[in-house]
Amino acid sequence: MSRELLGTLTWLAPLPPLLSFAVIVLFTNRYRQISSAIAVVAMLTSCVLSFVVFFNAVGIGNLGEDPIRGIAYSFIPTAGSTFNIGVAVDPLGATFMFMVPLACSLIFIYSTSYMASDPLYTRFFAFLSLFGGAMMGLVVSDNLLSLFVFWELMGFCSYALIGFFYRKPSAYKAAVKAFMTTRVGDMLLLLGIVYLYTQTGTLNFFDVLHNAKVLETLAATPAVLGLGISAAGLIAILIFGGTVGKSAQFPLHVWLPDAMEGPTPVSAMIHAATMVSAGIFLLLRFFPLLQVGGPDNTAFMVVGLIGAITALLGATIAVAQYDIKRVLAFSTISQLGFMVAAIGIGAYGAAVFHLLSHAFFKALLFMGSGSVIHGVEHGHEHVAHAHGDEHGNAEELDHDHGAETASAAPAFDPQDMRNMGGLRKRMPITFYTFLAGGLALAGFPFITAGFWSKDEILADAFHGLSTGSLISTIVFIVLAFSALLTAFYTARQISMTFLGEARTEAAANATESAPAMTFPLIVLAVFAIFFGFVNVPKDFPVLGALFGPAAGWLKSFISTQLVELQAFKEEAQVFNAIPLLTSLVVALGGLGLGWLVYGQKPLKAGQTDPVEKLGGLFTFLHNRWYFDELYRVIFIKPLQAIADNYSRVIDKGVIDWALEGLYKLGVGIAGALKEFDRVIITGGSDLIGNTVRSIGREGRELQSGQVQNYLLSALIAAVVLMVFFLVLAQ
Amino acid sequence: MLSLIIFLPLIGALLIAFLPRASTALMRWVAIGASLATFAASLFVLFAFSNTQAGYQFVESYKWIEQYGIGYKLGVDGVSIWMLMLTTAIFPIALWASKEVVHDRLKEFYALVLLMEMATLGVFLSLDMFLFYVFWEFALVPMYFIIGVWGGERRIYASMKFFIYTMAGSVLMLLAIVYLGINGGTFDLVALIAKNGPWAASAPLFLAFAIAFVIKVPLFPFHSWLPDAHTEAPTPGSVILAAVLLKMGAYGLIRFNLALFPEASKQFAPLMMILAVIGILYGAIVAFAQTDAKKLVAYSSVSHMGYIVLGIFSLNQLGIQGALLQMVNHGISTGGLFLIVGFLYERRHTRELARFGGIWAKMPLYGTLALLFTLSSVGLPALNGFVGEFVILQGAFQANWQMTAFAALGMILSAVYLLTFFQKIFLGESHDPANDKLQDVNWREVLAVAPLLVFVFVIGLYSLPFFNAMNASVTSLLSVAGLAMK
Repeated sequence: MSRELLGTLTWLAPLPPLLSFAVIVLFTNRYRQISSAIAVVAMLTSCVLSFVVFFNAVGIGNLGEDPIRGIAYSFIPTAGSTFNIGVAVDPLGATFMFMVPLACSLIFIYSTSYMASDPLYTRFFAFLSLFGGAMMGLVVSDNLLSLFVFWELMGFCSYALIGFFYRKPSAYKAAVKAFMTTRVGDMLLLLGIVYLYTQTGTLNFFDVLHNAKVLETLAATPAVLGLGISAAGLIAILIFGGTVGKSAQFPLHVWLPDAMEGPTPVSAMIHAATMVSAGIFLLLRFFPLLQVGGPDNTAFMVVGLIGAITALLGATIAVAQYDIKRVLAFSTISQLGFMVAAIGIGAYGAAVFHLLSHAFFKALLFMGSGSVIHGVEHGHEHVAHAHGDEHGNAEELDHDHGAETASAAPAFDPQDMRNMGGLRKRMPITFYTFLAGGLALAGFPFITAGFWSKDEILADAFHGLSTGSLISTIVFIVLAFSALLTAFYTARQISMTFLGEARTEAAANATESAPAMTFPLIVLAVFAIFFGFVNVPKDFPVLGALFGPAAGWLKSFISTQLVELQAFKEEAQVFNAIPLLTSLVVALGGLGLGWLVYGQKPLKAGQTDPVEKLGGLFTFLHNRWYFDELYRVIFIKPLQAIADNYSRVIDKGVIDWALEGLYKLGVGIAGALKEFDRVIITGGSDLIGNTVRSIGREGRELQSGQVQNYLLSALIAAVVLMVFFLVLAQ
Repeated sequence: MLSLIIFLPLIGALLIAFLPRASTALMRWVAIGASLATFAASLFVLFAFSNTQAGYQFVESYKWIEQYGIGYKLGVDGVSIWMLMLTTAIFPIALWASKEVVHDRLKEFYALVLLMEMATLGVFLSLDMFLFYVFWEFALVPMYFIIGVWGGERRIYASMKFFIYTMAGSVLMLLAIVYLGINGGTFDLVALIAKNGPWAASAPLFLAFAIAFVIKVPLFPFHSWLPDAHTEAPTPGSVILAAVLLKMGAYGLIRFNLALFPEASKQFAPLMMILAVIGILYGAIVAFAQTDAKKLVAYSSVSHMGYIVLGIFSLNQLGIQGALLQMVNHGISTGGLFLIVGFLYERRHTRELARFGGIWAKMPLYGTLALLFTLSSVGLPALNGFVGEFVILQGAFQANWQMTAFAALGMILSAVYLLTFFQKIFLGESHDPANDKLQDVNWREVLAVAPLLVFVFVIGLYSLPFFNAMNASVTSLLSVAGLAMK
């Protein structure tokens, strides 16, 4: 297919979901089935278009140096500036054009069943379409400006969808929190954008990032802040600020766990296909800017450290959560930390690989948990009916999923894993697919995608460690430990949810979900298992040879992205047993430990979770290191205090006080003059005095007669003016 | 043509003056008709306007008071074209939205609004300083009465404050105008700029103009009249005040300060940028603390107008063009928000945020409209506010990155207070039984905001025509004043 045609297809790819949003909002918002059908068909169309581009792109050898480009348009045409927007597909973009529409399509299909009883069904599909379309737009953007537009649109979509149950306080609070927290990162990103433009005069990726001269200049220019950073480094760090917000990195990670207040398909969108991937995508895009400063430069250090901290933070907190979705939320934070840390040590290909495999298995896990929640809720309703408990039922059903509305009975939480157990038998498809996803997350050796991608990161980190890189050393140790925790909490989650006996009647009566929900699970489970084989290292014992020329395909495809990457890739390909052993030990060790504690002797109803034996540490982790409380004390409270006192003290206390003082002084002088007037020039003109007095009595109502007089004089004045001009015009 | 545009509203006002007091519907239609005729005339100007011409177009020049060099001179260029369009577009909307709001002394009301339109159009189109000043002062009077007669409880205080504040500012400007007229031998702005006299670096003259303008903008710390005036004014008054009157100040800064005193502008640019940034942050923080919806929107104006001043005193192409576009955007978003708040006030006669909550469920269409204006004001990309804000920040960064870094904090704060605003009114559950009977917006209300909403999207997605029209004039302004990028 010709490149022009591919460029056109790339332009078209994000359009169907965006159009679907418009069509649903404007025309079909009263028709539920039509709206969801439009959304699904639009997303599938987008998927097909993207796949055509992807499979053609794969065949282009020099895609990295010469990406597929579409026509560019001028977006903000001020004189003397070039804010052009266009589309492009390079290897990085191509891989996303495979993952994003595929995951989105599956989520859309799943939603048709999951949201079936929701009264705002059409609104949901409208926003979901916009969300998917925005992510597609972001992926194909060839410049930072349109990327930022789509980036912010996604921010809005997440706001609208997290707060979808907008009558429920926890939901709208989570929505506002998500928007504001990510906005902090967006501000840094925007500063990065304007800085980049100020330095280079363009926001086009390829003009900046594929241009060695520009990169070198940026690296040689000292940053405006000083601090010994180059302009390239500072711009990279500012742009990374955007990633920290969007991809929920420490210290802006606090919004993501709350984001599960949205319906579960939204969590899958946010945690896998769109939002958080967008942040990593952006950082990957700007990798050359990080790299140009050389290994272990400040920007790399910042990125690597933030990633490592986040990976550890997320993993520790996930261990001590009871809410099935909350565990997954913190695991997302942790896994995103893995990717960011990988970028921080220069392991570009490994980061892409882990991002893609994570997107598949995390979408799977979230939708699996949604299926679980759905099942348990049905069980709960079943039990409630059986007990003749009319309370709340009718109302709950016409509302939406009981758990996700304020009207749900507070006593029973269908998301709490302590209320589950034994679901393996009740929901077999959900169980086996969830198991596949869980094992991938834990990095179960050889047969899961997660193993290969995580191993790749560890291998690259170890390679850096062996060359004496400080950041690689930190990353290797922290990630290995985090991976151990990951495997442990995954085993805990699977055991508590699916194994043993049901701990509540609701769980005992849970039912398997509809095919529209299980079908996407099965598809994703296939990816969670087999996706890793696209990138088995060439020199991996036995398997490397088995895959022959296909081994390490993803990495070599991605590596054509940048010529500079080639060198790093080749070196890292040298096989080393230590990282592999580390991967095996942490994955199997964590899973084994989890099995010992939770799997062998499953939790009984009413039994305390063994993790709680950690005491103070458990409380600390369960409360998420008290970050929310900390931020409340150091940011939110002071802002409120300042805001509440500001207007009183400055506006009323200082500015108006000074003005009123001046005013009174004027009135006083006028009054004195008037006295002077009255006493000295008796019977003289009272004009000044009267005027002043009428102004002085500010409390007095304006008399209607007065208004008319003023109006009349104003009118007369205006007419005189006009007549005057008309005469002049002769 | 421009004279016709200026005086069409006056003709409307005169017609209304001769109508019998009882025929209120007729008055209303005459007022709307006159403002629409003005809009149509301005559309004609827009279509005939040449984007490539840097100088003034549709110039009308007549001698007036010859011995002092005072003339009657009008013209429009890329700086004023969108101000012209904004003004002529906002007035019909404000008049249209008056029906539910203003119930007494309709004759005076409609006449005053039309006089107001005449005066503001005169401000934007005058090329003679004396003529400009006449219109500038004239614009005060109708607004004073609109607030003072049809306003809220504290209307007298608010209107007095508004009047005295702005009057005090313009006294100095009058002196400066007279000084310039005498020393330059003419009041013709174009001729004065061409002379490029020694005043170009004069700090006192710069300040005399700037103070008058920044009070109108208003720039921190000259803003304290604004929340009172906005809050007390009836909805159409607030809309006109926010959308058009504030722009007179920002417009004046570009038209007079930058053009007449380029050297002084350079000197004062850092100070103005600092005040702008303080205004952005201060306005946003104070807005966050407000419990009255209208006051919140009023303080948001202080914050948003700060961006505009920041852009202007970047003294570069991007900054000024961004500021000009943002002036239009602010008129659209804030005008829209005032209308939106007004709709609710008409129903509930309160604006206390605490009395609401859960309104979206009661008034779905209204909620959606409000959300769109809120997001436009937040500066969400693909909507109008973003384009202006982005271009301003880009321009400002090139001029002064430190200031821009602080100004960017406003991005976060605007999301904080505006989303809180939206949340408190629309999300959650309603706890006040008075909210249960609320009716969704009617067609008349939808029609009032619809044109604004169209431009929220048009400017957000396709700003090309807007920038194209201003490119040539701004380039020439910068090069004539010697302000072009170093």
